[in-house]
Parts: sequence; C-alpha cells; structure tokens
Amino acid sequence: MASPSATADVVAPRSSSSDNYLTHDKGVLSWIFTLDHKRIGVMYLCSVLFAFALGGFFALLVRTELLTPGKTIIDHDTYNQMFTLHGAIMVFLVIIPGIPAALGNIIMPLQLGAKDVAFPRMNLASYHLWIVGALFMLSSLAINAVDTGWTFYTPYSTTTSTAVVPAAFGAFILGFSSIFTGLNFIVTMHKMRPPGMTWFRLPLFCWALYSTALIQVLATPVIGITLLMMIIERTVHIGIFDPTLGGDPVLFQHFFWFYSHPAVYIMIVPAFGVIGEIIPVFSRKRIFGYKFIAISSLAIAFLGFLVWGHHMFVSGQSVLAGTIFSAITFLIAIPTAIKVFNWITTMYKGVIHLDTPMLYALAFLWVFTIGGLTGVFLAVMSVDVHLHDTYFVVAHFHYVMMGGAITAFMGGLHYWWPKFTGKMYPEKSGRIGATLVFIGLNVTFFPQFILGSRGMPRRYYNYLPEFQPLHVLSTLGAYTLGIGFLLTAFYLYRSLKNGKTAAANPWGGATLEWQCSSPPPYYNFHKAPVISAGPYDGYENLMYDEKIGGYIPRKSSTST
Amino acid sequence: MSESTSESATAPKTGGHGAHGLDHHAGPDDHAGGAHAHGDGPHLAHHFDTYQQQFDAGKLGIWLFLLTEVLFFSGLFCAYTVYRGMHPEVFVYAHYFLNTTMGAINTCVLLISSLTAAWAVRNAQLAQRKLLVLNIIITIACACTFMVVKFFEYEHKFHDGLLPGPAFHPTEQVWELESFKHKHPEAAEYAEKLTKAAEAKDHAKAAPAAVAAGAAVAPETGVFEKPTEEQLEPLLKAGVIGPTAEDPTRPSKPRNAHVFFGIYFFMTGLHGIHVLGGIGVFIWLLLRANKGQFGPKYFGPIDYAALYWHLVDLIWIYLFPLLYLIH
Repeated sequence: MASPSATADVVAPRSSSSDNYLTHDKGVLSWIFTLDHKRIGVMYLCSVLFAFALGGFFALLVRTELLTPGKTIIDHDTYNQMFTLHGAIMVFLVIIPGIPAALGNIIMPLQLGAKDVAFPRMNLASYHLWIVGALFMLSSLAINAVDTGWTFYTPYSTTTSTAVVPAAFGAFILGFSSIFTGLNFIVTMHKMRPPGMTWFRLPLFCWALYSTALIQVLATPVIGITLLMMIIERTVHIGIFDPTLGGDPVLFQHFFWFYSHPAVYIMIVPAFGVIGEIIPVFSRKRIFGYKFIAISSLAIAFLGFLVWGHHMFVSGQSVLAGTIFSAITFLIAIPTAIKVFNWITTMYKGVIHLDTPMLYALAFLWVFTIGGLTGVFLAVMSVDVHLHDTYFVVAHFHYVMMGGAITAFMGGLHYWWPKFTGKMYPEKSGRIGATLVFIGLNVTFFPQFILGSRGMPRRYYNYLPEFQPLHVLSTLGAYTLGIGFLLTAFYLYRSLKNGKTAAANPWGGATLEWQCSSPPPYYNFHKAPVISAGPYDGYENLMYDEKIGGYIPRKSSTST
Repeated sequence: MSESTSESATAPKTGGHGAHGLDHHAGPDDHAGGAHAHGDGPHLAHHFDTYQQQFDAGKLGIWLFLLTEVLFFSGLFCAYTVYRGMHPEVFVYAHYFLNTTMGAINTCVLLISSLTAAWAVRNAQLAQRKLLVLNIIITIACACTFMVVKFFEYEHKFHDGLLPGPAFHPTEQVWELESFKHKHPEAAEYAEKLTKAAEAKDHAKAAPAAVAAGAAVAPETGVFEKPTEEQLEPLLKAGVIGPTAEDPTRPSKPRNAHVFFGIYFFMTGLHGIHVLGGIGVFIWLLLRANKGQFGPKYFGPIDYAALYWHLVDLIWIYLFPLLYLIH
C-alpha cells in the first residue's frame, strides 16, 4: 500500500503554535549559539538573502553604468570594483551556500526523518565561519575594494594595489564553511537515515545535496590552498605564480578552475534537487525516472572534476588537452539532459497546479535549458576562441547561475516558506513576482548573447556606440528583475505577520517534511519515522481540506 | 549556552543523562567494544540512537576531513612538482642547505608518536586508563620535540639569510657548505678556483696595471685545464655554473633560488601548524582521559585524533624526502 508513512505528527494537520523550533527557546543567544539545524538554516537564509540584496545592488550599479558608453554614474576604477564585488558576493556568499546551507539545512534532515544533522556543532561553526568570511570579504570594500574580478587571476591579483588579501582570505574562510556543510551532509545521509529509508527512497533533493556535498568536500580544499598561495605570493613573493621569478601564472588558472568548475555544480546541482521536488508535487504525479535523476546528479559531480580545462582554451593550453577537455565537457550534457527530459515527462498527463513554486520551476526549465545549451557552444574549442571573454559567456553563466540556481532557490523558498515560517505567502503577489523575475531575467541576459556574438568583450567599461541599444535593453531588464525581487521581499516579509496560518502539508507533498507540523517541532520527529514508501508515492491518498488550506490523508487510508 | 540548549533537547527524548534512558537506546544494536552501558550516558548526543551510530558517524566524518586535508596539501605538492619540473637546479642547489640529520630525527620522532597514538586507541578500547594517559603524554612530548627541532632549523635558516622572496641573502655559497664539500670535494675545490680566477679577472679590469700579474696567476690555479666530470657535474646540476647561474662570469647561486625556500617554509610551516593543532587536540584529550571519560563504549575522539595524527605524520613522510633528500 503506497501511502505516506504514518507518524504521530500526521494527525496534527494544523501547526501547533505552542511549541515549535521558532518558539522553543527565546532570546538572541538562543539563536546565535543554537545547535538546531532548522535555526541554523534560518540564520543562513537571512544572511544569504541580505548578501543577495547587496550583490543585487552592485549588479544594478554595474548595469546602470553600462547605459551609456563612457561614464554614466561611476568612474572606471569603481566600475571594476563593483563588478568584482558583485561576482564575489553572488558566488561565495549567495549561490554556493544558498540552497544547501540555507534551504538544505532546514529541509534535508526533515526529509530524511532524522533528528538533526550528524554534527550539529560543526553545522553551527559553518555558519559562524560564513559570517567571518563575509566580514573579511566586505572589509575589502571598506579598505579599497578588490578589482580583480571574482576569479583573482594572477599576475594581476598579485600586483594590483587594491585590497586583494582580505577578499581572498574571506573566500578561503568561506571555503571551510562550505566544506563543513558538505562533510556534515554526507555523514548525515550515510548514518542518520531511519529504518526503511533506503538510498532509493531518498528524496531527489537529498540526492542532489549528497552529490553537491561530495564536490564541496573534494574541490573546496584546493581553492583554499590556491588562495593561500596567491596571498603568500602577493605578500612574500614566493614565486610559484610569478613569471618574473620563474613561476607559472597559468598554474593558478589550473588550480582555480579545478575548484571553480566543480563549484559551478555546487551551485546548480542543489537547484536540480529543488526542481525535482517541486515538479512532481505540483503535477500531482509520481516523478518519472527517479533513479536516473538521482544517479545523474552523481554523474555530473564526477564529470565536473574532469573539465576544468575548458576555461583555458585560450590560455596557452595544448590543443590535445583542449580537445580532451572539450569532449568530456560535451559528456556533461547527457546527465543534464536526462534530468530535464525526466522532469518534462513527469509533467506529461499530470494535473499541473500553477502555484508560485511551480512557476519558478517552469521558469527554471526554460532558462536553464538555454543556459545549458549555450554551454555546449562554449565547449567547442573553435567557437570558444571567438566567444571567449565576451558577453556571450556572461549571458551563458547568468542564465545558469541566475536563471538556474537563483530561480530554483526562489522556487524552493516559496515551496518551503510555509514549512519554515508557519505562514502562507500571498499567492497572487507570488505569481506576479515570479513573472516579473522571469521576464526580467530574459530581457537582461538574452541581449547579452547577441552582444557577445557581435564581439562585445566582458568586463569593459566603455563600448562602441552600436552596442548601446542592446545594453539599454539589458539594463531595463535588470531593473525589472530588481522590481520583481523587491516585490517578493516585500510580500514575504509581510506574510510573516499577516500571512494565513499554514497547514502541515499545504501543497500535498509526500516527502517526510510535510508530515511535521508547520513550523516543525523542535525535535522534528518524536519517534524515528518508519518509512514504507518512496518519496513521490501516494499523492492519490491525500485530499485537500478547504478548512485548513492543506492536504490530509484520505479517510480510507491506513494512516491514523 | 549551546550546552544548555543541547541538554534541554536531550531531556525528554533520550532520558538525558540517566543510565536508564541510555540503556534503553543503546540496546542490542550497540556493539562498540562489545560492552554495555554503565552510566556513561553523557557522551551519547541526543540525535543519535546508539553509541555505534555515533561512532560510525564520527569515523566517516574524520575520514572525509582527512580527505580534505590531503586535497589541501595536494595543491602545494602540485606547485612543488611544477616548479621542480621547470627549475630542477633550484632544488638541487637549495637542498644542500637543509640539515638532513635534523630532518631524520624529526621523522623518527613523528613515527614514534604515531605508534603511541595508535596504542592510545587500543588503551581506550581496553579501558587501560593509566596507559592511555601515558601514551597521550608521549605523543604530545614527541609532537613538542618535533616543533622544537623545527624551531632550531628555522632559526638556522633565518640566521643564514635563507628566507623566501626578496629577503633571501644566503651568507654562504653552496660549495662552501660542509654538506656539499663532503659529497663533492672535487667540485667544491673547482668552484673555489673558478671564483678566484674570476676575482683575479675583476682585479685586472679594475687596475689595468695588474693585468700581467693576473695572467700569470691563472695557469697556476689550473682553471684552464679541462675539468673532469666530478668537478663539473655537481656544479651544473645545482645551477651554480652554466645557463641557470645568476652570474655568468663565475660560480653563483642559480636564478630564483629563493623560490625553494618559499616552498620550504610554506610546506613545512603549514605542516607545523597542523602539528600545533594536534598538540592542542591531544592536550584536550589528555584532560578528558585523566577524568576517565574514555572506555570500550566511548573511545571515538581518541580514534579520530589518532587518525588525524597519522595523516600529519604521513605528510611529513612525504615532505622529508621531497625537501631534504634531493639528488
């Protein structure tokens, strides 16, 4: 009998306002030093959203500056600093921790049926390190903001007069924060699964986080030591990267991309996980090709380690090496396509509910497919020589990072918002917000594909007059995006006070987190749940209850 | 604060710190060390059901951590390989300055400490409290010995001007070193001769009157005789003469010789920081072991620390030949 497993929590359809993780302890210190994964996740979420606002502000400054060739509002040195901070903040402070450390921290142990992550203290340390890393990175802003681009390429990063060291040291610390999260998640998923939660009953979100955690653990130490070497090169001149001392600046690029290409998958694979949760629930249909989606995450994680050289086709890498890197890069399209096809097939003949999370998921499918396919263009060496360092690349990775990772993050935020806060966001505003973000995204970044293929180089302050119309269009899109996110921030914030009380299972999901009350009790599960069915089984055994605004088990079901 | 949070979390669920609640949870699944609970409940965290589960989680965690450590150091080993591949002479030149004896002593010290760390794990499992404390103390003592030897090594380097980057001003030429003379006496002699000849030439240039004298000196020193393999080879390998030498007119240090010391201090320094970290961990474990907190049911922390210590040892086992024993 495929029914959602019965636990004591199922029978409490309304959230118990008396005791949940938000009200269990009082006072600021009970938050700062909490060991509860949900509270740590909430703190991560708030911090990441704050960083997102900051990074978005820098993005708008950059786009505004690009309205006209030459100076619009800021001078060229400031412009370099702004796009560097935008990139560094969005990558290191927002997208990498966004889904795993914020959403995943709250949801993954719940989905697993565990009481907490394996190492709660390490989890807290991860958050504290994030704060320290963020402070270092932002201190660069206060001293003399770094202007190397988020990639810290040598020899410029070892010679520029700006405050590279605090920013790089910040990224170094953030790396440890990321490793702690990843290590914790791997051990949690190996050792904390309750009886009956077999590997192939794990929700796809957990599979995605597992693959991500593997990459975090295996790749991040390399960027750590690389940034450390770069800092020492800059301060002591040890000569490893400095060609005047016999060193090799391309070695830095190898080290950097050995981490940073897998890091691209640290950013996008969790997004796949979120989409894999949203699509079956809002199609009211079992996921199609569960095992393929699960294993393809691992395949992406594995292949992601073998392709870093495709960032260096024009860095003096041999043609043979380039060809091999190019070929392996093509391979990554296969597991990625498997995912997209399976999601679309899941929707086929489903009963599709166009609520905000689903709108974000559909937007994801659209923009991520464009972003992914343009990646194949760039993996072709002969094409890349032309497109390298142009706006085509900028458009490609924004379609993937912004269009993929951030869209999925927003989808997940709305999907789990009732679970996090116990409140519903206003659905209508949510749909307007999602639409604005989707339109803004495409208007911002699609023109950049055209700009790039016509030869507009990335990171340039000045440009030829014929590029101006497309730049103006792109900037208008950025403003639309800004309005969409402001609207979202506004209604989410208001819903904390005025929102409707959320039911335990407002969307009719079958994964375990919907069996706890909203917000979940402090202990997640009073008794380790016994899992007897897969995470996407039994939608037909749930029915919508108008009174509480959520799904409850059908009377005929075996659930008590 | 965090303690109180976790304790209050424990209370209603697992029966908190009472032996009864623990027995219930540690039940039949618990076979860590084969013994059952005797009231050491405080060491089972609230979110684990059994000691076995807690131990397994910790063990997987420490192995993953060691994996990140290996990858962390791998960047440095990679940089070492690339630089040595491009400039082998720098490494041959610089290794004469390192004190192999001190390096060897440190290797032995670390190996002994690895043995005592492993032994400590066994002591904890068998509840041999006194031996456990003793073995931890020996481990800490060895680690401290390592750092003291390292301190003297560093001090000699500082004293001899063997510093990374622009601070690199060696007070001695490589062929004047005992380690070089001992291995290649003929080459050392030859380098001396070449230096003298070059100095004489300088004199000749500076004071034209002495030209005749200079010309007279040269044949006497024998510089213009065809040098033998033994005389030439070590000097060429160390980049003291030939295309890599800083000064083409006489034996000198190879270009960018300071890079070796950058790598040396970076690698051994980072390793030293790990040793210091290990000392800290073992002192903490010593205090806990002294209170009798470890036993057959709960010995995880000793096990994890020992594993970490083995890795620190292992990294040194690679650093020692790569830095000290170059040929």
